[in-house]
Order: sequence, then C-alpha cells, then structure tokens
Amino acid sequence: MDQLIPAASVIAAALAVGLAAIGPGIGQGNASGQAVAGIARQPEAEGKIRGTLLLTLAFMESLTIYGLVVSLVLLFANPFAG
Amino acid sequence: MEILNSLSVFNSFPLAELEVGQHFYWEIGNYSIHGQVFLTSWFVIGLLVLASLAAIINVQKVPRGMQNMMEYALEFIRDLAKSQLGEKEYRPWVPFIGTLFLFIFVSNWSGALLPWKIISLPEGELAAPTNDINTTVALALLTSIAYFYAGFKKKGLGYFAKYIEPTPVLLPIAILEDFTKPLSLSFRLFGNILADELVVAVLVLLVPLFVPLPVMALGLFTSAIQALVFATLAGAYIHEALEGHGDEEHEE
Repeated sequence: MDQLIPAASVIAAALAVGLAAIGPGIGQGNASGQAVAGIARQPEAEGKIRGTLLLTLAFMESLTIYGLVVSLVLLFANPFAG
Repeated sequence: MEILNSLSVFNSFPLAELEVGQHFYWEIGNYSIHGQVFLTSWFVIGLLVLASLAAIINVQKVPRGMQNMMEYALEFIRDLAKSQLGEKEYRPWVPFIGTLFLFIFVSNWSGALLPWKIISLPEGELAAPTNDINTTVALALLTSIAYFYAGFKKKGLGYFAKYIEPTPVLLPIAILEDFTKPLSLSFRLFGNILADELVVAVLVLLVPLFVPLPVMALGLFTSAIQALVFATLAGAYIHEALEGHGDEEHEE
C-alpha cells in the first residue's frame, strides 16, 4: 500500500504533462503554419507576423505548462504522500 | 516525501541541484518566509535601482551609455502599454506595466545568467525569484487589484455592469473569470521559469558540458517572452476593465 501512492503519482505526473502537450502541439502547429502561409503571401509583413506569432505561441505553451505544474505538484509537493 | 528522496541522486552533482520545495526559512514573528526569494528579489530590485540611478545621474541632451539604454527600455514599455491600452489611456499605467515587465524580466534573466549556485545556503538554493509560486501569485494579485482599481476609478459602481452586460446568464462565468485571471497569470510565469531551470538541471546532470547551452539559450528566450506576456496581459486586463465589452473597442 505504501508503494502505491508514489507509483500512481509518477504515472499521473507523466500523463498530466503528456496529455497536456497534445492540444497545444496541434494549436501551435496550426498557428505556425498559418503564419508561414501569411509570410509567403505577404513577405513585407514578416516582422509583425513574427511578433504576434511568438506571443500566441507563448500563450499556447502555457497550457502545457499548467499540466507541468500539476505534475510538479505530484512529484515534489504531493499532498497524498503523507 | 519518499518521491523526493528517491530523486536525491540529483544532488550528487554540485551544479545540477534540484531542490524544488525546499526553502531557506526565515522566522519573522509568526510567519516563516522563504529567505532565498527575498535575497534574490532584493538583489534584482537593487540592480534596477542602480541602473535607474546611473541613467539619471548625469542627464545629457544626447543620451549615451546607461541613459541611452534606459530610454530605450522606457520607449519599449511605453509602446507596449500604448498597444494594449490605446492612445488615450495608456499614460497613467506605464509605471505599473513597466515595473512588472522590468522586475520579471530581470528576475528571470538573473536566474538564468548568474551562477547563484556557488553561494550555498544552509537549506534550499538561490534561484530566480519568479520560480517561487508566492512571488508570481503576488504579482498576479497586484494585477487583479490594478484592473479593479482602473475599472472603479473610471466607471464607479457602474463597473459591475460589465458582469451582466451581454446577458445576466453569463454572470457566473464573468465572476469566475476574475479568479482564473490571476491563477493563469501566476501559473504561467511560475511554470515556465521552473520548467526552464528543471530542464537545464536535468540536462546538466546527464551531460555536464556544452550540450545544455542551446537549452539555456532557449530558456533566456522564453524568460524574456514570459516577461513580455505578463506585461501584455496585465495591460490587456486593465484595458478590458476600462472599456468593458462596450462599443469603442475598435477605435485605436
């Protein structure tokens, strides 16, 4: 019984960050693809597009980071590990 | 805590210490506070004050050196605030947004650039102040207070109209938003900075030389972006409180 909580926490931590990476990955791919298409269509707008793209990528990345925070809590500050 | 102990292999290499959740406690009255965060925060504040003093100590008409750099920083912050808050209302909020941006930026980079690890504390370790959740929560709550203040100052009690503006059905979601804003702000910054340091620490543990360098560079980049994101979002929230869901949003 004592080993169950650490094992479950480690699996949960891996799942938390892994699953949280799926959605933002798709979103970031979409955004980057659209940005490249926009640059190809309008090369003179590259600077503006790049700035906006980086900012949006950071927003999407933060969704994964929430999953990471959850897994960090499970690993380092686990409320159930007694 | 057993999980933490099983990770103690990390402590065998001096530069790759992972001490998440261990703090250098100071006892002040009934409170125990995280001393390492205070030390690094004071360092960052001191650095910023010194830079500002160096910029204004001998003001020239044609800026050179430190004055030039600080003028560039001010211009950057002013443009940031202007792009979020609009031409008419950005001016009083430049100090707030600028303080947030500069503090977070210098904290993040100090954590990434300075070899804090050579100074050893009895417990815990020195790192960027923003990799402690308390710092980021404090900054996020300051942002909340700021946008409430902005809304009340502009519209008085009419500020609450924004909660039921399109339809009262959305009232719970509008209230929930006030809680999720500081939550997401603080978690985003905390998670990014801590993740950077963890990735670098793990890589240094695996390959001590040269291989972690690109990741460190990436960490510098994300740290800067996160400071920018925090300041931008603070500006966006304040703008939302000033304008509401009203009609004049497209005037900029």
